[in-house]
Parts: sequence; C-alpha cells; structure tokens
Amino acid sequence: MRVLFKTDYNQDIKFAKHSGYIFWYGLLLAAVFTAPFALDTYWINELTRVLVYALGGLGLMVVTGFTGQVSLGHAAFMAIGAYTHAFLLSQGVPFLFSLPIAALTSGVVGLMIAIPASRMTGLYLTIASLAFAIVVEDVIIHWESVTGGNRGMLVDAPVLFGYEIFEAWEYYYIVLVLLIMSIALVLNILRSPLGRSMLAVRDSEISAESLGIRVARTKVLAFLISASLTGLAGGLFAHFIQFLSPETFGIILSIQLLLMVVVGGLGTVHGAVYGAFLIGFLEASISILKDVLPPAIGNQPGLEPGLFGLILVLFIIFEPEGVYGRWLKFRTFLENFPFYRRNTFKRQRSYLKTERMR
Amino acid sequence: MSFFEIENLSLSFGGVKAVDDVSFTMNEGEVFTIVGPNGAGKSTVFNMISSFYAPDTGHIRFKGEDITAARADQIARIGIARTFQNIELFEHSTVLQNLLIGREIHNRVPVLRQLIFDPGVRLAELAHRAKVEDVIDFLELAHYRDERIANLPYGVRKKIELGRALCVEPKLLLLDEPASGLNPEETEEMGFWIDDIKNDLGISVLMIEHDMSLVNEVSDRVLALNNGKVIAAGSAQEVQNHPDVVAAYLGGAA
Repeated sequence: MRVLFKTDYNQDIKFAKHSGYIFWYGLLLAAVFTAPFALDTYWINELTRVLVYALGGLGLMVVTGFTGQVSLGHAAFMAIGAYTHAFLLSQGVPFLFSLPIAALTSGVVGLMIAIPASRMTGLYLTIASLAFAIVVEDVIIHWESVTGGNRGMLVDAPVLFGYEIFEAWEYYYIVLVLLIMSIALVLNILRSPLGRSMLAVRDSEISAESLGIRVARTKVLAFLISASLTGLAGGLFAHFIQFLSPETFGIILSIQLLLMVVVGGLGTVHGAVYGAFLIGFLEASISILKDVLPPAIGNQPGLEPGLFGLILVLFIIFEPEGVYGRWLKFRTFLENFPFYRRNTFKRQRSYLKTERMR
Repeated sequence: MSFFEIENLSLSFGGVKAVDDVSFTMNEGEVFTIVGPNGAGKSTVFNMISSFYAPDTGHIRFKGEDITAARADQIARIGIARTFQNIELFEHSTVLQNLLIGREIHNRVPVLRQLIFDPGVRLAELAHRAKVEDVIDFLELAHYRDERIANLPYGVRKKIELGRALCVEPKLLLLDEPASGLNPEETEEMGFWIDDIKNDLGISVLMIEHDMSLVNEVSDRVLALNNGKVIAAGSAQEVQNHPDVVAAYLGGAA
C-alpha cells in the first residue's frame, strides 16, 4: 500500500500524482498507440468505434456526471456535429476547419438550449432534453436540402493536407489523438475553479449559491462544453459510419450514452472510457447473440434497447458507482489484503439536508 | 452608518407571518445572537439576508448599501458568508475541494484560460491553496484534508462548513445553529473558535443558537424572537431574564 507524503501544493494539482500513474498510464498510452500494428482492420474499426463513444460519453459526463443535470438528448448533439461536419465537407470546407466548426455549432446549440433549461431541475430537465432530441431528429428529416432527409447523406472521406485518409489505422490515430486532447481538457476543467463549481452545483445548489457561484452560468457553461465534445464525437462518428440517416441518432443512442456514463462510473473521467468499452462489447455480443438465439427471440425488434435498459437498472440498483467504482473497491481489497472488510465501502448514513427553499 | 442593519423586515407564507416587522442593527466586530423557540422566524431572517427569500417589506443594509434586492450569488461577493442549520456540504468531494469551492469569489481567471490551464492559472490555484491551508490550520482540519465528506462524522462536518465559510474571507459571518448536534466538548470548542474568528480574524458574527451556554459565552448582544416578532434585546443576561422571553419558552400568564 502506497502512502503519499504531501510536501507541495502542486502534488494535488498535477495529473500524475505519483510514479504509479506515470508507469500505468504510460503503459496504456504505449498500448493504444501500438494497437494498430497488432490488430486487423475489423478490430481497429471496433476500437475506433469505442474511442468515438468514449468521446461522446465524456461530453455527457461533463453535464451529467459533474454538473448533475441528466440529459436524455445527447444523441441530438452528436447528430448536429455529424451533419454539420458532413455538410461542410460536401461544400468543400477542409477537414481541419470543418470538424472544429461542427463541434462549436453543436456547442452553441447546447448553449441556446441550456439558457432556458438551466431554470429547470431534475426530471423536468431530462424530459426537456428528450423533447429537444426528438425535435432535432424531425428537423433532420425535413431539412432535405442540407441533410438529405430520410434518404440519408454520404460522408466524404477525410482529407488532411491533401492526403486522403482511407485506411482504418490512419483514422484510428486521428480519433485517438482527439480523444486524448479532450480528456486533457476535461481534466483541466476538473482541477480549476469551473470544475469545482460544477461539482458544487451537483451536490448542493443552495450552498453553491451562498458561496457566490452563479448556478445558472455554471450549468450553461457545462452544456456548452458538453455539447461541443459530443458534437466533436458526432463529426468523427460521421466518417466512421460514412452514411448518415436520421434513425442513427435516435433515442437509442441517447440511452447508450447515458448507459455509458452510469455504468462506467458517474462523475469520473475513467467512467466515460470504461462505459464506452462496455457498450462496444455489448453491441458486439448482442449481434453475436442474435445469430445464436432462436429467431423468435433474436429477431425481436426491442431486444437491444431492452437489454440496455435492463443493464442500466441493474447497475443503478447494485453498483451505483459503476465499473470504475467496482474497480476502486477491488484495488482497495488488494492493497489491504487480508484486512479488507465488507463494510469498508458501505454507504454512510447521510445526515438530514436543509429543506429546499424554492 | 451602521455596519449591518435590518429595518422593518416582514415576510408571510400564505396566512402565516413568519417574520413580522423585525429591526436590529449590528456593530462591526460584534457577535450578535438571535434566540427564540422553534418557528420563531430566526432561520427565515437568515434566508432573507442570503436572498433565498425576498422580504415582503423592509430593508437589509450592509455598510450603508441596500442589499435587499441582491441576487443570492452576490451576497458572498458583498462580504457575507454563511453556514446552514443542517449542513450543506458537497458530499462527494474531499474536505480540501469543499474549502477550495469557498474561494470561488476570489477567482479572477477567465474560463478559457482554465481550460488550457496555463502557468498563470496554476499560480492562482497555488495561492488559493495556501489560503485554504491557513483555514485548515486554524480549525485543525489537517487530519481530514483528503477525506470525502460522506465518510466524516457530524461534528467534523460542522467544522468543515465553518471553514468553508471562512475561505470566502467574509466581513460578516452568519452561523445558523453552529452547536446543534454537537456534544458539550465540541460546543465549548466551537465557542473558542467563534471568539477567535471575532478577535483574530476580525470577522463579525451573526448567529442563531439554542445552546444558552454558548450564547452566554460568546455573545456581545442578544435578540429574542417569538412568532416572528422581536420580544427582547440586550445582553445575554438581560434577555434571558426578560419576562416575555421566559413566557415564550415556558409558557406563562402573559
């Protein structure tokens, strides 16, 4: 078991808290950067899909995990990112400009949604976000001149500095680098005042306000950042699927994103990544299951959302801290072996909270 | 111009007059205590000062400035911090993070720079941490620095909430029942800290409290409320012996 001696305030601020971080995350980086050499195209594609999901999940984590605003409409931000990016590409805008513009467009839409939504809390906000997603889906269907409506829309291959990217591994690296940059951005937020304000708003709006935190502004900023990241994921997703149609970005995708952050571990960056891997794994297993199961069950139209919903419910009941929380418990078990007690992580009784004043 | 002044403050919830024409003034450097039975309107007065409620009539003035209509998040910037009767900490964060949130109003770094986290942001963070560390030393919280709130006992949480309000570096500190739920030793300790806050940090304290030993120990002046009305004001002894106060607590011929 490692005991940290703190001799410098910087120790709490820097990313690598001790040498173990450098070793394990270095190993992880080495693994993801060399993965394309060891894998065939199918698996590189699967891995790319997981990384795109992780980026989308990271976006949702900012608003739901850190700020505590549950959104069931994040597929809409992915859609806005994907369609904006594809449209700009088709108009001849280069990839390097089109992608950030797509992310920002999504962010600005998120901002406009957040300004009225920041007055809502809890379930009402969730319902509003769901309604927003449905509106966006309808807009995509009817705005045929831009989106191709129900006929769908082809996405041009990305071109970087005159070099067209066709190979799966080349695209994998683009997604990987952008994901790492986004994670660094989110970690920066978490160690600065904005991140702390978000956590404060999540845990107690009333005391956040009494400490001078502008609650509505914090929520709006969270939505802006969240929608931008998810929009970026959408733009990357567009190249991955190469053909956009409205049903790709339906309610199921929103539920998948929410499933990712809850099952991965709410309020942690690890959670978004673990969740993405779990969803990627689930999707692959369900498609295998469909072939194995008798057609009467395997061809049921609601099979996927049903299974996703079931897993979400089971996690909320049995492991609200998600996969990452489970891992932390396991690590503590190893560190303290053989002294680990079943009660170590038993939930403490929570004390009475001030009755809400509005 | 008085330091802090409440003038003819009233607030009704439906037909109930929670606070009825309450006025008092507080001097700088004073510990001023509000006492009264349950439902007397003490916390409602606090919540109006914090702008969680808007009064029906009356004014709240701080250093000559009318703050009655200020937004809730502006109150801390004006120089008034508070604690809550039932502890409102950020339960999933560590003690250190909770105290750092108390530094919010002293944050001058724009959001975009926070995203990049340039060296200037780091310097500002280090300065905040040094300040927070002072509060940790002052309240002897070093032992709990990296604990999550959810794992800490009630008495410690009370102390952390006090610490978080001190991180704001206010001119006026509102304490809503600082001794509730504390055992006699902890209550005595709280008394020492309130004295230190007044004498060493130079912060004026407006306090609601039921524990008369603490009230007698630290208060310069005491105000008694009952059914939303002021029934007595003066030193702790005067108020406790006032016939209306005795009647309010024990019932009486009055």
